[in-house]
Amino acid sequence: MNAESALSVSERERRIQRKDKIMGMTITEKILAVHAGAVRAAPGDLIMASVDLALGNDVTAPIAIDEFRRHGGKEVFDKGRVVLMPDHFAPNKDIKSAVQCKILRDFAREKGIENYFEVGQMGIEHALLPESGLVAPGDLVIGADSHTCTYGAVGAFSTGVGSTDLAAAMMTGKAWFKVPPTIKFIYHTDAKGRLKDWVYGKDVILYTIGEIGVDGALYKAMEFTGDVIDAMGMSERFTMCNMVIEAGGKNGIVIPDRTTVDYINQRVKRPYTLFTPDRDAAYERVYEYDLSNLKPQVAFPHLPENTRSIDEIGKIEIDQAFVGSCTNGWIEDIRIAADIMKGRKVSPQVRMIVIPATRNIYRQALKEGLIEVFVDAGAVFSTPTCGPCLGGHMGVLAPGERAVATTNRNFKGRMGDLSSEVYLANPAIVAASAILGRIGSPEELGIKKG
Amino acid sequence: MIIRGNAHVFGDDIDTDVIIPARYLNTFDHDELSRHAMEGVSPHFYKRVTKGDIIVAGANFGSGSSREHAPIAIMATGIALVIAKSFARIFYRNAFNIGLPLLEVGEGTDRIKQDTPLEVDLDTGLIKELLTNTVYKGSPIPEFMQELLKAGGLMNYMEKKIR
Ligand code: SF4
Repeated sequence: MNAESALSVSERERRIQRKDKIMGMTITEKILAVHAGAVRAAPGDLIMASVDLALGNDVTAPIAIDEFRRHGGKEVFDKGRVVLMPDHFAPNKDIKSAVQCKILRDFAREKGIENYFEVGQMGIEHALLPESGLVAPGDLVIGADSHTCTYGAVGAFSTGVGSTDLAAAMMTGKAWFKVPPTIKFIYHTDAKGRLKDWVYGKDVILYTIGEIGVDGALYKAMEFTGDVIDAMGMSERFTMCNMVIEAGGKNGIVIPDRTTVDYINQRVKRPYTLFTPDRDAAYERVYEYDLSNLKPQVAFPHLPENTRSIDEIGKIEIDQAFVGSCTNGWIEDIRIAADIMKGRKVSPQVRMIVIPATRNIYRQALKEGLIEVFVDAGAVFSTPTCGPCLGGHMGVLAPGERAVATTNRNFKGRMGDLSSEVYLANPAIVAASAILGRIGSPEELGIKKG
Repeated sequence: MIIRGNAHVFGDDIDTDVIIPARYLNTFDHDELSRHAMEGVSPHFYKRVTKGDIIVAGANFGSGSSREHAPIAIMATGIALVIAKSFARIFYRNAFNIGLPLLEVGEGTDRIKQDTPLEVDLDTGLIKELLTNTVYKGSPIPEFMQELLKAGGLMNYMEKKIR
């Protein structure tokens, strides 16, 4: 967004604010209204909105590029607002993947797309975009990838779409939306929002999905608030917004606060707007949870809603443990896992794979000596890629094998053969499980949280 | 618009990893995708489909990833319509964006058996079992979605409207 349009956005925002008394709007409704050039957006409205950023990857962008060309597309609507990221099967895992990635590269060169990230620069899209300051609060972002909802953590409206949506957006800068109703989630604890040891944003979102189900927020916006969210750092907020799609949600959103602004100001180099919900905003539903006693959660195969507390899981032996993905490949996650692995050994029956989400996270792990910790423990530490998260490469499961992973989906066959199984958990649980040879917690290793 | 075809019945939560497993996503060749359509629940599904057939499924059809390969794979087998109790939202928009109609029904369609011949009126949302004349009521397809279908998908629609 250039300075001028950013100003007009905040002008419109003020106009909306003045209408407070007549019509309260949620943060999601406000962002959508502004981008549709309207004063108001209400649930159910069908709008055509301008997008601030349109994203595609090596799986989804080739189809979009094909559509773009077939419909006579010449230039993209804005060279600075299209992002192409080869991350799923890159570094190219086979010839077909190489062809897919080449389609992105060639298109990016031909159209002068500024945000194409080559191997060596790239990272998992949903970590790299916020990290490199490409998404800002108040933005409307679409991505041809379902976990595009991640950026709600910075107070943006962002949602996953398909390849044809991406093609249309690359051509016109626009996308159609049905304005979603908003569900508000309020989380608190007796300890001013502090969660118990080894409990993180991952557990909060897994618990929530377990409560409301995989279609519990179908077509809806999920707004996260409460002292638990206030106390959370950005990485955990990203993790939570990342997984709203696992409850069927259209977008997840956290109201921007100090934590958001600190994160954004180090990265975003353009003006942005901090939207907040009106006091009298209409919510379709409000869920309130006391998480004072929440324990680490594990989602059993083959749905993210099959959650259980760590102390109720029984004995589940594993073949593979994976820390990574756009859900939990942040430096904070790598640190948590490293703390647990330090001076210990991966169980001989387990393959432990650690993949940082971006190059910067990789470099930071290198600097802090974390890579050495993993290698000494008998784990592998890889260059950024989606890799095993979608059963793509770098850790695909054989028939009947079982993995515990920090990823977001445990559908049938997600990480390999249809008869393999994936259990979802936080990075502390995954690291402890790698050592134990079965799913378990750091407490069982006698580790106290430092 | 009237669609006539035989029913292929599936349950709840048919996700995109089941519709088209990720390992086939390194291509978007329609024929190849069609050969793996529904592979996670029904291998060689494409061999059992006659052009114009209809999928009848439970709740939350198409949940999971944003891969447009999922509706493309289904459409490439010759399936002309998917009926379900509810659809995951990205799958929903993808299908209409590429011109594959979807019909949401509340309850009742559980009773439709595999291979039953159906006649569906997309304008009214009425689903009829041709052998028994049993009728089920689906939600009529919203106007905007009908426009997308008529235009032959989002790209054609955008070309007409925006440019
Ligand atoms: S890490 Fe997994 S969930 Fe995230 S974008 Fe990659 S494949 Fe999708």
